[in-house]
Amino acid sequence: MSAPSEVRTAAPRGGRTRSKSWLATVPLLAFVVLIFGVPLVIILGGTFKREGAFSAANITESVQGAYLTAMIGSVKLSALVAVVGALLGTFLAQAVVTSRFRMLREAVLTASGVLSNFGGIPLAFAWIATLGNSGVITSALGLDSVGWSLYNFWGLALVYLYFSVPLMVVVVVPALDGLRPQWREAAQNNGANTWQYWRHVGIPVLTPTLLGGVVLLFGGAFAAYATAAAMVGGTVPLVTLQIANALSGNVLIGHENVALALSLDMIIVAGLVMAVYLPLQRRSARWLR
Amino acid sequence: MNGAKVELRGLRRNFAGTLALDGLDLTIEPGELIAFLGPSGCGKTTALRCVAGFEQPDEGAVLVDDKDITRVPANKRDAGMVFQSYSLFPNLSIKDNVAFGLRVRKVAAAKRHARAQELLELIGLPHIGERFPHQLSGGQQQRVALARALALEPRVLLLDEPLSALDAKVRISLRDEIRRLQLSLGITTIFVTHDQEEALSMADRVAVLRAGRLEQVADPATLYDRPATPFVAEFVGTMNRIPGRVSGDKVTVLGQLLPVDGEVPATPDVEVLVRPEAVQVTPDAEAIGMVLVSSFRGSTARLRIQLGDTEVLADVPGHDTTRLAPGTRVRVSLVERPVLVSAAAPQAQSATVEGLVPQHDVV
Repeated sequence: MSAPSEVRTAAPRGGRTRSKSWLATVPLLAFVVLIFGVPLVIILGGTFKREGAFSAANITESVQGAYLTAMIGSVKLSALVAVVGALLGTFLAQAVVTSRFRMLREAVLTASGVLSNFGGIPLAFAWIATLGNSGVITSALGLDSVGWSLYNFWGLALVYLYFSVPLMVVVVVPALDGLRPQWREAAQNNGANTWQYWRHVGIPVLTPTLLGGVVLLFGGAFAAYATAAAMVGGTVPLVTLQIANALSGNVLIGHENVALALSLDMIIVAGLVMAVYLPLQRRSARWLR
Repeated sequence: MNGAKVELRGLRRNFAGTLALDGLDLTIEPGELIAFLGPSGCGKTTALRCVAGFEQPDEGAVLVDDKDITRVPANKRDAGMVFQSYSLFPNLSIKDNVAFGLRVRKVAAAKRHARAQELLELIGLPHIGERFPHQLSGGQQQRVALARALALEPRVLLLDEPLSALDAKVRISLRDEIRRLQLSLGITTIFVTHDQEEALSMADRVAVLRAGRLEQVADPATLYDRPATPFVAEFVGTMNRIPGRVSGDKVTVLGQLLPVDGEVPATPDVEVLVRPEAVQVTPDAEAIGMVLVSSFRGSTARLRIQLGDTEVLADVPGHDTTRLAPGTRVRVSLVERPVLVSAAAPQAQSATVEGLVPQHDVV
């Protein structure tokens, strides 16, 4: 009597090893191939080709002169926005999380959700209309007479912070909510003051999230294009603007493949950021494993 | 490590219209383990937090060894606290958790690690120093929290329902462990719990709180046998309320005449408070009592017995369950000793069992 039942139980076990459940990931894999794989193949293919032959000339050109200046400008702007945005966002989030006014919390969180997705030409226009050369506030406060200009590196940083700070708030609020009140009380009970609590417990617990937030903000600022294009055109050297110029042949004709090389440079910079971030993240989160 | 005397004087605390503490007065003797027992919202945790410094009373004072510490900040008080759960710092190893207070006080690393190891040995977990909190079971985490609370050799130990998140078996072993440590260290301990069994089994004295006030404070045996108020009687252990009639300083209940313990109410119709273990049950086919439900509990069994309009709970030896199965007719009597009475609730006054109990039911 037992033999048939063994057969019956063996069948599904065999079936499980040849599971078709991976098929569920096909749409995701197809999406990844389409969005990341195909562009990467095109970039790699074009970067190392000049006038129909294999060449490193595009890469060489992409790390010289104006292109190098643009790359350094982008990295500087993104790093500044990432660090300042992360700091301001974290403090704002902490203020909101610890506030006794629930309405304020809801309002800031909703606004952050919306503003963190604000970008492109509408964002540029909003700032131009407010603090541009003929902006409402510029005129009202007479800022033009004191040499105010939105159309430079610092103006761009300000505009990027406008969506980066809310993005940091969205990222860090759940982590701040996860700081248990008992930890602070236990620290106090062990004689710690507020700073000692933050130094030994609060900040270390938040570090993985803060690092992730910095990388996210860096990526957002590094890749931003439309806002900068609408606001500063070519006056602030940025790699995304250079790519657009090279692709459209605005400055020099026949530089499309240099644009691809610049894209590859951007991927490499992003890779370097990750190479710094991942070990730091792993170290800061070792207590989670 | 010697325990301190802790005094709560007229503590009053209002939370947005809810009175959590309403003039709480209590003195806790050095080295004593006192349990604060009561239903949720009775103010027991608020009282504990006033001693820890996490809560400021609106009125009243907290004194430790006759020194007023009411306005002393929490991080300057000499009291170790164990929280309900998940209070270990997740980013620090167990060793660093235990030694946290020493680190804050800038004790040298070698010295504080030695002290942490000593405490881990004290709680019976000497080999877990390098692990992180999430790698420990709930019971182990609470032991570590206890070690951390003891690391600075405080003179008062505060335990805020430290066992409530643990499963039954761990709870019992850990409460024995806490008691053993507390006795060996002689540290004054306040233990907040809503579990009466925990309070009765661990504490030197139990303070029953209700709506921010002290109902009774007494040693466990007194609290159980001679509850000062009907609330304590109901809250601590199980209590039958059987209708009876007072005459002089005696009360007639279930056909028996028993002496009244304590105050005699003005009205003759009363409810007699009787513990289930003071109810005696004998099978008798002629009697009006009938076993409705029998729940076996190992050494004892609890019977629910119908007696006319009244239901009575009785605890009998576990091996008696077969002869006292549900449906069995039984004779019910009470152990001959003084009983507590309280003025009868209005609806209960009419349902006196006296007339329903035949004469032969009386022992």
